[in-house]
Amino acid sequence: MKYRCFFGEHLFPPLIGAVLFLVVWMILAQSSEALPGPLKTWDSAVALFSDPFYNHGPNDQGIGWNILNSLGRVGVGFGLAALIGIPLGFIVGRVEFIDKMTSPIISMLRPVSPLAWLPIGLLVFKAANPAAIWVIFISSIWPMIINTAMGVRQLPQDYLNVARVLNLSEWKIFTKILFPATLPYMLTGIRLAIGTAWLVIVAAEMLTGGVGIGFWVWDEWNNLNVEHIIIAIFVVGIVGLLLEMLLVKLAKRFSY
Amino acid sequence: MKNYVQVENVQMSFGTRKGVFVALKDINLNIARGEFITLIGHSGCGKSTLLNLVAGLLMPSDGILLCADREIGGPGPDRGVVFQNHSLLPWLTCFENVHLAVERVFSATEDKAQLNQRTHEALALVHLTHAEQKLPNEISGGMKQRVGIARALAMQPRVLLMDEPFGALDALTRAQLQDELLKIVAQTNSTVIMVTHDVDEAVLLSDRIVMMTNGPAATIGEILGVGLPRPRNRLELAGDPEYMRLRSEVLRFLYERHAHPEAA
Repeated sequence: MKYRCFFGEHLFPPLIGAVLFLVVWMILAQSSEALPGPLKTWDSAVALFSDPFYNHGPNDQGIGWNILNSLGRVGVGFGLAALIGIPLGFIVGRVEFIDKMTSPIISMLRPVSPLAWLPIGLLVFKAANPAAIWVIFISSIWPMIINTAMGVRQLPQDYLNVARVLNLSEWKIFTKILFPATLPYMLTGIRLAIGTAWLVIVAAEMLTGGVGIGFWVWDEWNNLNVEHIIIAIFVVGIVGLLLEMLLVKLAKRFSY
Repeated sequence: MKNYVQVENVQMSFGTRKGVFVALKDINLNIARGEFITLIGHSGCGKSTLLNLVAGLLMPSDGILLCADREIGGPGPDRGVVFQNHSLLPWLTCFENVHLAVERVFSATEDKAQLNQRTHEALALVHLTHAEQKLPNEISGGMKQRVGIARALAMQPRVLLMDEPFGALDALTRAQLQDELLKIVAQTNSTVIMVTHDVDEAVLLSDRIVMMTNGPAATIGEILGVGLPRPRNRLELAGDPEYMRLRSEVLRFLYERHAHPEAA
């Protein structure tokens, strides 16, 4: 009985969703000449993933290399953004003057599409790879600054009173109160940032080229290999989902 | 020492959008060493404000506050505070919460083992040795408040300041903690200032009850000496004529002479 309940509540609805999705896809594929159906795509995916790490020169590498290269760019851009954005968030949240100083600039720059920064990156770095990383950096820094600052601002007065009554040093206040209290907000910022970064990398790589899942999509479009494009969409989606799940798990560990 | 804590002509006003709001006016109070004082009054009468002034969390607009003949210029470890909502840090265990306070006060003169020893002792005093390694979310409200008391006492403060420490607890837990507090205070000979709105609590615990008039510009209306012998037992006191007299004395002050403006 219990097993049936688990099946009925947790497995059955997503299963139905997946089946319906495939059916709609099949119907659409049947009525269109160019769009391959699920079965054709599956065959192609099996072939593709049977050798994910071949290397035939810079323009022809396995899907595994493409994914890893994209993840690498996201990692570097995102890491740099965390390195600068999180401390900046603490300062913005703690010092009202700096908050007022920076908030109009942040509000103005935040809604700009990260791709608009690509030409600036190309101009400054004179190379495609650093420019792509630069775009990731720009897209992930805003949520990190904003969420960290919000966490610092929402620090309960009670905790600050404890700090004052116990007469804690600035270092102790930071390590024992400010940092742990802000951590959940920071992780929300990190989650938003990595979501955007993974979203943006595909578009950035389409423009910059090189080895990467985004450029791979563009390359397969030029080869008119539509199955591979569909596979790429699934791959991007699944990797994004895994990143998200990883961070949610991390955030759960630090919620009090 | 006769005048351990001195409050002289203290006035406290806050700037608000509608102008200056005078919360406290002409407060004069002398507290002897080892004395247990409760501040009682209707909500909004500024009793917590007075406590925060002694804690140094607020600075008076006028007048002066002294503790052991030194002016109170800010919060300090010589005045331990127990907050109404316990204010434990949720990411630290009970032990770590208390250790944080111990470390700050004694790390200059004592080694690690001694600091740990002090922390263990403080938690043993409130009977929480078994919960040392638990996080605040894993223990009950009464236990949290006991950790709060342990944290304040572990600093060996000159004065223990308690802001409605048992206000958020159920009646049975409250009674239990009051009894424990009576024992701890007798054991450590602490000077205590406690804010409360519970008449029985005030009579049971205090040497003197400071009754405050209603705000704005609240002040001390009357000070009632409680001469009941110690140790006190709540069951024996329940039928005691002197206890009844003191109790009705406080009630009369609160509900006849200084009834809450909204209730009147």
